[in-house]
Amino acid sequence: MSKMITIYINDKAYKVEPNQTIMQAADKLGYKIPRLCYHPKLSIEGACRVCIVEVEGQRNYVASCAFPVSDGMKIKTNTQELRRARRDIVELIVDNHPMDCHVCERDGNCELQRLASSMGIRARHFAGERKRYDKDLSSEAVIRDPEKCILCGRCVRMCSEIQQVHNLTQANRGFNTVVMPAYDLPMKESVCTACGQCINVCPTAAFLEKNYTQELFDALNDPEAITVAQFAPSVRAAIGEAFGLQPGLNMEGQLVAAMRKLGFKYVFDTQFSADLTIMEEASEFLERVQNKGKLPMITSCSSAWMKCLEQFYPDLIDNVSTCKSPMSMQGAMTKTYFAQKMGLDPKKIVSVAAMCCTAKKYEAARPELMFDGMKGVDIVVTTREIAWMIKSAGIDFVNIKPEQPDHPLGMSSGAGAIFGTTGGVMEAAIRTAYELYTGQTLVDIEVEGVRGLKGIKEGKLDMDGQEIRVAVAHGLGNACKLLEVVRQDPSRYHFVEIMGCPGGCIGGGGQPYAQINTIPLDDEALNKRAQALYDLDRSKTIRRSHDNPDIQKLYKEFLQHPLSHVSHKYLHTHYKAKLPVGIVPKEAKQIEVTK
Amino acid sequence: MTQLDQDKMNTLRDVIAEANKQEYSESYLIAVLHKTQELFGYLPREAMDMIAEAMQIPTAHIWGVATFYHYFNLEPIGKHVVSVCMGTACYVKGAVQVLETLKKELGVQVGQTTPDMLFTLQEARCLGACGIAPVMMVDDKIYGELDSKKTIDVVNQYRKAAAETVKV
Repeated sequence: MSKMITIYINDKAYKVEPNQTIMQAADKLGYKIPRLCYHPKLSIEGACRVCIVEVEGQRNYVASCAFPVSDGMKIKTNTQELRRARRDIVELIVDNHPMDCHVCERDGNCELQRLASSMGIRARHFAGERKRYDKDLSSEAVIRDPEKCILCGRCVRMCSEIQQVHNLTQANRGFNTVVMPAYDLPMKESVCTACGQCINVCPTAAFLEKNYTQELFDALNDPEAITVAQFAPSVRAAIGEAFGLQPGLNMEGQLVAAMRKLGFKYVFDTQFSADLTIMEEASEFLERVQNKGKLPMITSCSSAWMKCLEQFYPDLIDNVSTCKSPMSMQGAMTKTYFAQKMGLDPKKIVSVAAMCCTAKKYEAARPELMFDGMKGVDIVVTTREIAWMIKSAGIDFVNIKPEQPDHPLGMSSGAGAIFGTTGGVMEAAIRTAYELYTGQTLVDIEVEGVRGLKGIKEGKLDMDGQEIRVAVAHGLGNACKLLEVVRQDPSRYHFVEIMGCPGGCIGGGGQPYAQINTIPLDDEALNKRAQALYDLDRSKTIRRSHDNPDIQKLYKEFLQHPLSHVSHKYLHTHYKAKLPVGIVPKEAKQIEVTK
Repeated sequence: MTQLDQDKMNTLRDVIAEANKQEYSESYLIAVLHKTQELFGYLPREAMDMIAEAMQIPTAHIWGVATFYHYFNLEPIGKHVVSVCMGTACYVKGAVQVLETLKKELGVQVGQTTPDMLFTLQEARCLGACGIAPVMMVDDKIYGELDSKKTIDVVNQYRKAAAETVKV
């Protein structure tokens, strides 16, 4: 441990660790210096200058996010002159901003709004020319509104550093700087994977999901429409935060009840189809293992990863499972099995999915997923959108009496629940694959090795003498590293799980915005959301997908058996290389693979 | 792409292959973009796409660099680049009048190219010829002590030369 040094903050002496920034030291001492472009998971930009402090001996105020502490340093964080300078900086940002807060989707959870308020900005002193741009509404998932952008660069860093997608850049210079994809391409035509992490880290509303709440209210108010809902595992683990509750509460029952109150005719659970996915995926995996098919097999549940695959890794398409995602399987079963069972006209069904994900909006629009001339899912709303709808309809979400999802597509095993967190699909698949392969029940079903927020996790499993090596990556940047290993050493793993977002679906691009005094994608919040799903798993008697009686019934009555021709028609899909080609820079791929 | 463009692309590929052999090869991006502009007169999207793949640099990064520096043209430019000096001395001696004359005569705004692809109009900072202000530069040739009439005469010289080249 390095020697402690003394710094003075506002004339008080503190012993602190060296080799950290003023902001980091101050945070631990309880001084929360205002900030904007800083994010602990991203590189230091030092662009916004909001976090300036006074350091004795320095000619100018310094950006505390980028300035290291040194022994004897005298720091002032709150002098009147400094407060004025900081306020002027924020005021200048605000004056190049539409300031239409009352009609903005981020009203009430906008970092710029909070900052302006805490700076005490009560008047405009610098009103002048302001940038004006059109919104980019081209994508089904992520919309871009450069007018709201304050050029903090968090989205650019998120997209390139964490996700390694490199879709966004700051183009032009000075007053004309705009965050945009290469060639100013519309988002839909760019390499954007629709993961929505730019939305998660944006302090304002420069990035938003494409909003489908009005279409959904239309459907809910249409007496002819048979509205059928499903909701992803991670939605229940995070939606409470949108109502001011602490992270990590499982709000499944409240969500089901609230959706019924919103007017949905049937409320199913995507976890059911997570079980269904495992039946198909585990069977597909075993078939590949037994028949010397293409290995490693890579999971296919994450829609951002799907788009990433087709643009960045077309050489690995044959490695990816042909299984549709749970959402799309659920949609397909809703309009076929369920409709037939109930004697409903599938054309009258409006299939709605509440997802933690923005990319699911893109997925729902993929023509490859259509069957019998129909889309499996008609409307996808994010956790944020469904939370807003519940609030807008005046439903007392927090105090509502919990209810159970409907049958026959609503019951799930514990394996279905953990799908929402990184490593969950792998763990669920292992539980079933082991039993299908060996004929014996896996006793120790909690696979600790694939749990947690480590970027890349590896594990081994013995199936009747056959060693199965697995790997898990979450966030497309980690995926990029893992896939480089797969490219270099294809026999290293048998089974690989990729989730496009940090933490898996629990950190999805459609999850509630960070609460006051927290940061987006805070590890503690992600861990709590994951824990909610692991607790849900543990609370269930049935914890293996193949033991779910409704799944067994579905196979008996409709699908026959996993990988049957019926399954193939409704539950499987295909991928193909798409343009524009995605390029990951060399340095992100420099991986030493030890054999 | 024409055969000529294909040849240019191949030249560019050779330049990139050379750059890729160097340490920190990504840092050769600006040099490669300069070469691209030298070959094509601007940065065609096809060329930037090729550079991205050949150098393994995401297109967004290339776009960021290409749009940051005013030197790079993102659209095809005319056969001749007319740059009007807007430096202090020229400004005082009537650069605005020269620029307005050119805008009217060529029918384009600053940064634009005439439909016949003969001229691209640009503004320049001091060209270091203050003694003969106001000046303009056509390609690498300086014309000084301009007024409206003289400006139009210069333009017509180039038009005449271009017309004769076509005849031959």
